[in-house]
Amino acid sequence: MMTARHFGTLAIAGALAMSFGHAVLAQETIKIGELNSYKTQTAFLDPYKKGWELAIEEINAKGGVLGKKLEVISRDDGSNPGDAVRVADELVTREGVNILAGTFLSNIGLAVTEFAGKKQVFFLAAEPLTDKITWANGNKYTFRLRTTTYMQVATLLPDALAAKKKRWALVYPNFEYGQAAVAAFKEMMKAKQPDIEFVTEQAPPLGKVDAGAVVQAIDDAKPDAIFNVLFGADFSKLVREGTTRGTFKDKTVVSLLSGEPEYLDPVKEEAPVGWIVTGFPWDKIKTPEYLTFLAAYQKKYSDYPRLGSVVGYVTMKSLAAGIAKAGSTDTEKLITAFKGLKVDSPFGPFMYRASDHQATLGTYVGKIALENGKGTMSDFKFVDGATVLPSDEEVKKLRPATD
Amino acid sequence: MNDLAIRSLSKSFGGVRAVNEVSFDIKRGEFLALIGPNGAGKSTCFNMINGQLASDSGEIWFEGTKLTGKKPREIWRLGIGRTFQVAATFNSMTVIENVQMALISHANQIYRLWRPAASLHRERALELLAQVGMRDAADRPSRELAYGDVKRVELAIALANDPRLLLMDEPTAGMAPKERNDLIALVKRLVIERGISVLFTEHSMDVVFAFADRIIVLARGRLIADGDAKTIRDNPQVREVYFGTGKTFSKSEASS
Amino acid sequence: MSFNAFLFQAINGLSTASGLFFVAAGLSLIFGVTRIVNIAHGSLYMIGTYIAYSFATKLGGAFGFWGGIVATALLVGLIGAAIEIVLLRRIYRAPELFQLLATFALVLVINDATLWIWGPEDLLGPRAPGLTGSIEVLGRRLPTYDIFLIFIGPFVLWMLHLALAKTRFGRLMRAATQDREMVGALGVNQAMLFTGVFALGALLAGLGGALQIAREPATLATDLIVIGDAFVVVVVGGMGSISGAYLAAVIIAEVKALCIGLGIVHFGALSVNFSKLTLVAEFLVMAAVLIARPYGLLGREQVAVRSVAEPEEPMRPATPTVKIAGLVLLVVLVCLPLIAKNSPYTLVLGVDVLIAVLFATSLHFIMGPGGMHSFGHAAYFGLGAYGAALLVKWFAAPMGLALAAAPVLALCGALLFGWFAVRLSGVYLAMLTLAFAQIVWAAVFQWEGLTGGSNGILGIWPAAPFDSRGPFYFLTLALAALGVLLLRKFLFAPFGYAMRAGRDSPLRAEAIGLDVKRVHWLAFAIAGAVCGVAGGLFAFAKGSISAETIGVGRSIDGLVMVLLGGIQTLSGPIVGASVFAVLQDTIMRSTEYWRALLGGIILLLVLAFPSGIVGGFLKLVSRRKAAS
Repeated sequence: MMTARHFGTLAIAGALAMSFGHAVLAQETIKIGELNSYKTQTAFLDPYKKGWELAIEEINAKGGVLGKKLEVISRDDGSNPGDAVRVADELVTREGVNILAGTFLSNIGLAVTEFAGKKQVFFLAAEPLTDKITWANGNKYTFRLRTTTYMQVATLLPDALAAKKKRWALVYPNFEYGQAAVAAFKEMMKAKQPDIEFVTEQAPPLGKVDAGAVVQAIDDAKPDAIFNVLFGADFSKLVREGTTRGTFKDKTVVSLLSGEPEYLDPVKEEAPVGWIVTGFPWDKIKTPEYLTFLAAYQKKYSDYPRLGSVVGYVTMKSLAAGIAKAGSTDTEKLITAFKGLKVDSPFGPFMYRASDHQATLGTYVGKIALENGKGTMSDFKFVDGATVLPSDEEVKKLRPATD
Repeated sequence: MNDLAIRSLSKSFGGVRAVNEVSFDIKRGEFLALIGPNGAGKSTCFNMINGQLASDSGEIWFEGTKLTGKKPREIWRLGIGRTFQVAATFNSMTVIENVQMALISHANQIYRLWRPAASLHRERALELLAQVGMRDAADRPSRELAYGDVKRVELAIALANDPRLLLMDEPTAGMAPKERNDLIALVKRLVIERGISVLFTEHSMDVVFAFADRIIVLARGRLIADGDAKTIRDNPQVREVYFGTGKTFSKSEASS
Repeated sequence: MSFNAFLFQAINGLSTASGLFFVAAGLSLIFGVTRIVNIAHGSLYMIGTYIAYSFATKLGGAFGFWGGIVATALLVGLIGAAIEIVLLRRIYRAPELFQLLATFALVLVINDATLWIWGPEDLLGPRAPGLTGSIEVLGRRLPTYDIFLIFIGPFVLWMLHLALAKTRFGRLMRAATQDREMVGALGVNQAMLFTGVFALGALLAGLGGALQIAREPATLATDLIVIGDAFVVVVVGGMGSISGAYLAAVIIAEVKALCIGLGIVHFGALSVNFSKLTLVAEFLVMAAVLIARPYGLLGREQVAVRSVAEPEEPMRPATPTVKIAGLVLLVVLVCLPLIAKNSPYTLVLGVDVLIAVLFATSLHFIMGPGGMHSFGHAAYFGLGAYGAALLVKWFAAPMGLALAAAPVLALCGALLFGWFAVRLSGVYLAMLTLAFAQIVWAAVFQWEGLTGGSNGILGIWPAAPFDSRGPFYFLTLALAALGVLLLRKFLFAPFGYAMRAGRDSPLRAEAIGLDVKRVHWLAFAIAGAVCGVAGGLFAFAKGSISAETIGVGRSIDGLVMVLLGGIQTLSGPIVGASVFAVLQDTIMRSTEYWRALLGGIILLLVLAFPSGIVGGFLKLVSRRKAAS
């Protein structure tokens, strides 16, 4: 099997070398193909792009990697998997890249994962959260940076348990991310707190929550705690309606991603104080590696970083570290290098696990607070991703892919 | 023998009896005019015969087959052709294709997916067009035709299924007087040649009295007279409806 | 759910209904008078949210908020008038639906312009000054702003009624809605009337958007979300009927509120989460209404508008020149792998273009010669793709079998949906097809266990010898060419003539023995099956598919391709699909603001070729012939 695959790789590499002979020879940079849904996920991806541009600037200022500069060829993926696969193919066949990175939406991330596996191209999924990229549909060629749905939920779990609430209401966007998050939450909570009751489940369509009705339905179910997975515009609507109607009063609310500036900033002074969230308190983290990043970012853009900025930044830093470790851009060598690759990030060091290709980049968890008329996080702590990921043994069962 | 037999046909629209217990027959080869002032129920009566409207009660028989309850296309397949008050063709086709379409339908070839339609029944279509004097225009787009020519093409289409009965709703509406007489003369010649019966409604009294074998008169939904031109002219009831001071007198009648 | 809870949700629903009503009312007015399917209506609404946000935050206070709402409505009304005068007025004589293409381009341009002006972040406006709190109703808290919305909807409805009944402009609008030609005959300045109506419609959209800023943030995704809702409300209520729009808005809002209120309901062992139904509730309502009442709740049968456009030329069999050109094109396509030896991407793009061509040609088959404007053609593309993918996933079927299954499943879907759709006509048919497509989409999206839900099905790769780019390209080329030529053959055969006869004049077609509905139903089925082949190829070309394959976006792309090429010509969809696919691919890489650029180019094409690219080309040729 191995030999067959290896042979396939060689054949393709050979074909590529032949068809792009001139390109390869002339190449003085290391090209990275990047694709993302820039036109539809602007709130997250605009800072994301700034983040990776900063990283590339820093890397190249220090002479690049292996004596060559990094060059990112960035494309819009059309926000749908069909176009994304074509764009990925274009990057590979026309631009001659053998390293792909990016994607935001889970279905696009998975489609490119599938493409990378088939065409034997290295792919670093930057942002998509679905567990399937590294588990059920994982493959040899795909690694993923962002803290996954499962990890996000597991990060919040101790606080959810500590609240000691029995009647939970669940509200989540009706697509895979929301469904997976809620499924994981229910399973983990039941295991630790068998008498838990889920009194209602509201699954509005993504981007179209009828917040008044949803909030009221939650209120009518008389929960003593709420688990929320809504984000973006849905989150803003939920917060405003729920506050006006008093739904969140005296209730524990545990909420995924809501501490990220992308989602928290738009609600401004109405930030729901006391919610337990995962997020990114950009103005409060004081670690030296973060402050260096913050200073560089603010200097370049005169703007503060969002979480997307960090993800974009670390994506390119990871690739640079991987290529340096591999000593080459050869796909096989790069894969080997990425297994167990240690990367320094603004959030501290993390690594790409060899078992499931998932980065152990962690996330901040804390409570939403209001300061100077703006939402931020208080009582926060950083949870290392490695501590909330299943063990290598468990992962084997979740991941059919052979590496 | 009767070609078409109408028995006690009635139709109401929201309480108004548009057609009320009308009965009449058409004999084979007869050229029968159905006249009456505006709102007399001519078109309603007509559209019940051709299947476009369902009747409330009464029966329509054609050569021993009951027409009531049948759809227009089923009635057509029994051998009844028709033309429309406002003539039009299938605008995206040429003149001959319009006729071919009807011939294809008559030959039950509608659902064929392979042989080009343009090659089917071309000779026969040309013949029909020749009969109405439109052969030279066969390959022109039908949408470019003058209105009088459209009427002729429509007649050719109506003859495509070799009908034994032709229903013509105001065949000369919208035409100049000279054109009118030509068209009706053409129809009359064709039906005599082919032995077709014709039922037509008509506004122009000149045309009616000059060509019809028999005339029936409707007024306020009822049949008030039935006979040849002279009988009708002399019928006092008809005179009252048409020429009296009655409310049913219509200005458009006078001007036409 | 207690009775009080139920009642309260019903009250909640009324405030949502007002929001829906504002968007829908303007769209309905515009369609009623001008017959334009204004896809950009959601964009006007979106601009309304952004402008009102700026007023409310920059000016601030009660004046900034309330005065801003009024100013926004007026501003958006002006924008609407400008759009009508500068753009739409120039293309009223184009074939039916062509204006849709222009408004589609506007959607792209407006979205990028908004991004450029206001930036990417969601902008949540302030609460409404004076209406920030809530009052106690049925033991629950109802926001005072919601109460305001509950009343403002019917109030605007009443105002519109007065305006339509009492003013000359209003009476003209009503007359035009019922019979546009008559208004022209009355010597009314039609251009003024259309500008006025478009401005009024845009004003209502802007007002609707402005009123929402107290409840939801201004976001760039609003345009497409809103346009979908608006169409549904307009069609359910009956095109052109303002009261119908309000009634429909109430029904849809209440159905959704009920679904949300019910939450999870247990039927024995089965538990159903009704809140998930909100994904598709409006489309279920629309399908049910259209099946029972073909013209919507309060709509009337449209008086057939005699097309102001030039009627189409009779179809002529290919001339020798055209045949040779077609042959040359085919030879070039066959030799493409050789020609483009050094650029393998050409084949990748080639496969996408060929699939788009097959998709657009099958849509044109029913849209052009069939006269059935399907707004949900993606359904059959998706059914084809899923037909193939499901066989591969669940039965490990070989590629040949899976590809054969694609048209079969699409055919079944088209037979089922077509049976209902051909009973309607015009825009109602279009909307019913859209509803069916959305229902299929929702089923695929929700049925996680079978279809993989939003993430879809992965690992659908072609088998040897088609597992590399060249051979797969040949396979696609062969099937696409076969499909296109077959459809063309059908159009020249008696069946195609019967389709056109049924489109040109249903009454006359019936009078020469044609079963028009049946002919159109079978045409729908044929188009569906061929479209299914395109879907099947798509699944194998991409290696994975997800629910997005069936999304509205794909249906709209199809419409754009057909209209761009020219709906009245047989090669129109081929050219349109190729141009659109290549253009999109090229532009997507060339600039960050690719949507605006694509929209701008489409606008130029629309103005330069008001009968599509091929239509315009043919006119040029015939003019030159006439000159020589």
